[in-house]
Order: sequence, then structure tokens, then C-alpha cells
Amino acid sequence: MNELQAVESAHVRDDVPDFRAGDNVKVHVRVVEGGRERVQVFEGVVIARQGEGTRETFTVRKISFGVGVERIFPVHAPIIQKIEVTRRGDVRRSKLYYLRDRAGKSARIKELRD
Amino acid sequence: MTFPRAILGTKLGMTQVFDEQSRAIPVTVVKAGPVKVTQVKTVATDGYNAIQIAYGDVKKVNKPAEGHFAAAGVEPARHLIEIRVDDPAQYEVGQEITVAEVFEQGVKADVSGVSKGKGFAGVMKRHGFSGQGASHGNHKKHRAPGSIGACSTPARVFKGMRMAGRMGGEKVTTLNLEVVGVDAERNLVLLNGSVPGPKGTVVLLREAVKARG
Repeated sequence: MNELQAVESAHVRDDVPDFRAGDNVKVHVRVVEGGRERVQVFEGVVIARQGEGTRETFTVRKISFGVGVERIFPVHAPIIQKIEVTRRGDVRRSKLYYLRDRAGKSARIKELRD
Repeated sequence: MTFPRAILGTKLGMTQVFDEQSRAIPVTVVKAGPVKVTQVKTVATDGYNAIQIAYGDVKKVNKPAEGHFAAAGVEPARHLIEIRVDDPAQYEVGQEITVAEVFEQGVKADVSGVSKGKGFAGVMKRHGFSGQGASHGNHKKHRAPGSIGACSTPARVFKGMRMAGRMGGEKVTTLNLEVVGVDAERNLVLLNGSVPGPKGTVVLLREAVKARG
């Protein structure tokens, strides 16, 4: 391990579940509103995961009131309370940007069966 | 420790860390020191107050340098640098200075190093010129500087006219970088922002001049 990674390791969380593109996740985000803290859940499908170390991020996409919403989270951000994996997806690629051009039936992802 | 506080180090690279408010801070990691004091200069002996510090491994030492290091009783090092100090009595030859003694979290630092070489660069990159139009009949002059002076008066180009040429590879100082963290065990400093030069470049970290007040 080089020294740059050693610096990062102090900020890398070890409670991150194993997940990848195609999985459905619930991201519990801490939100501070007027001095009060509460937890907001962002639920959707992971369409990308990139980077390594503390710089690693993932993109979650959901359809909210008919509008596609994407949010990019740093995997190791302290703002994330927890990440829950609700469904494993069976996909062949690591970046699912094609979902942006699809809606309804064609935007479905097969569930992974082992 | 008296002012100014300074140390030599090697740039390791950049990454990011999170602060208490969960904000990602871009940091440059510098492995700094430990450095050894090889000479203490005083008004009485040299006419001014300064210390000379040594840093870095060296493969081959020439005779004059060998003698200089032997006189100080210090292992030969690659880099020698002089730092003006207010009170040289605080230092003695052979003394070791570590990062933790020089910097602590929250202070500001100035970092000097040799910037990345950019080679022969045009005026747009080197001096920030606007270049010329992409259309309106322009032909093969899109990144050209335009006029560099008048005609038969003065019949020459003024000295110092900004033109294309070698860019980078010169000493650059970045001012007021916040020290985000100090790792005394590994001799590392984390600085908010970027530092001149490529990875592996030797940089001089000094306490920020403009923060001294």
C-alpha cells in the first residue's frame, strides 16, 4: 500500500455493502434542515459506479413523478447513513446509461438468480 | 518555534478527504522531511540570520559537499536550502526538524516548486490571449496573436512583447494553502488544493507570508 492510499484509507468506509450497476438500492442520506437532522431515502437503480479510494462515486437513477432523476453519491461520504441493496440486477455492462433513453417495459432490468 | 517555519518535502499526489460537514476537500499529499540543520548563520558570522537545511537521499556526493556535511555531522543529502529566521539561537547544527514541529492543522502554508513543463506553447496557452475568430473568413490564424506592434515607427518589436515560447518548468509559489492534516507518524502534510509540479517534485513548504499579519 502506498502512502497516498494510506491517507485515503482513513476516510474509506468499511460498512459499504457489495453492489454494482443494475442493483436497486436505498440510499439513506442525512439531511440538515434548520439545525435539525433527518434521514432522507433515495431509492433507485444504480446505473454507474466509478473511481477508487475516497473518490469512488455511484449514480442512482429513479423516475420521480414521470421525470427521470439521477443523483451521484460519493461511496464513502459521511453524509450517507447506510446503503441498502434491495434487488440484484442481471446486466452485462458496468454503465447503464442506455436506461436514460428508455421508459416502461424496455427499461426493466432482469433480476439476478444464482 | 520561531518564524518563519519551513520544511522541504516531496509531492506524492492528490486525493480527496471528507470534513465534518461531509464536504469533499481536494488535497495534495506531501511527504515532508525530516530535514537536518547543516549550518546556522548569524549576524555575527555571516551578516544575517538563517539556517541551512538538508533533505533527500543522495547517491553520489562530491568532495566539497562531503566536507560540508562532515563538518555538520550530518548524512549527505540531495537538497540544501537556506531559510531566513528571526532567532538562529533556537537551532543547532545537526538538529532534526519534522513536519509536526513545523505545521499543525488549520494553519496556512505557501508552497514553492518547479511547475510541469509545457514545452513550446502558443500565446493562447502561455499568456491567455483570446486568439482570433473561428469564422469570418479567418484562414489558419485561429490561435495566432494578432498585431505585435506598429509599422515604420518604431520599426521594431518592443522588448518583452508576449509571444509563443517555452512554458512551465519554472519556480512557482502557491500562496495560502490550508493545512488540512498532519500525519506525524508518516511525515505527511495534507494541503487543501493543488501544488506546483508533477508527482515526485521537491517542494518547499513555508508558513504563509500573507497570513503572518
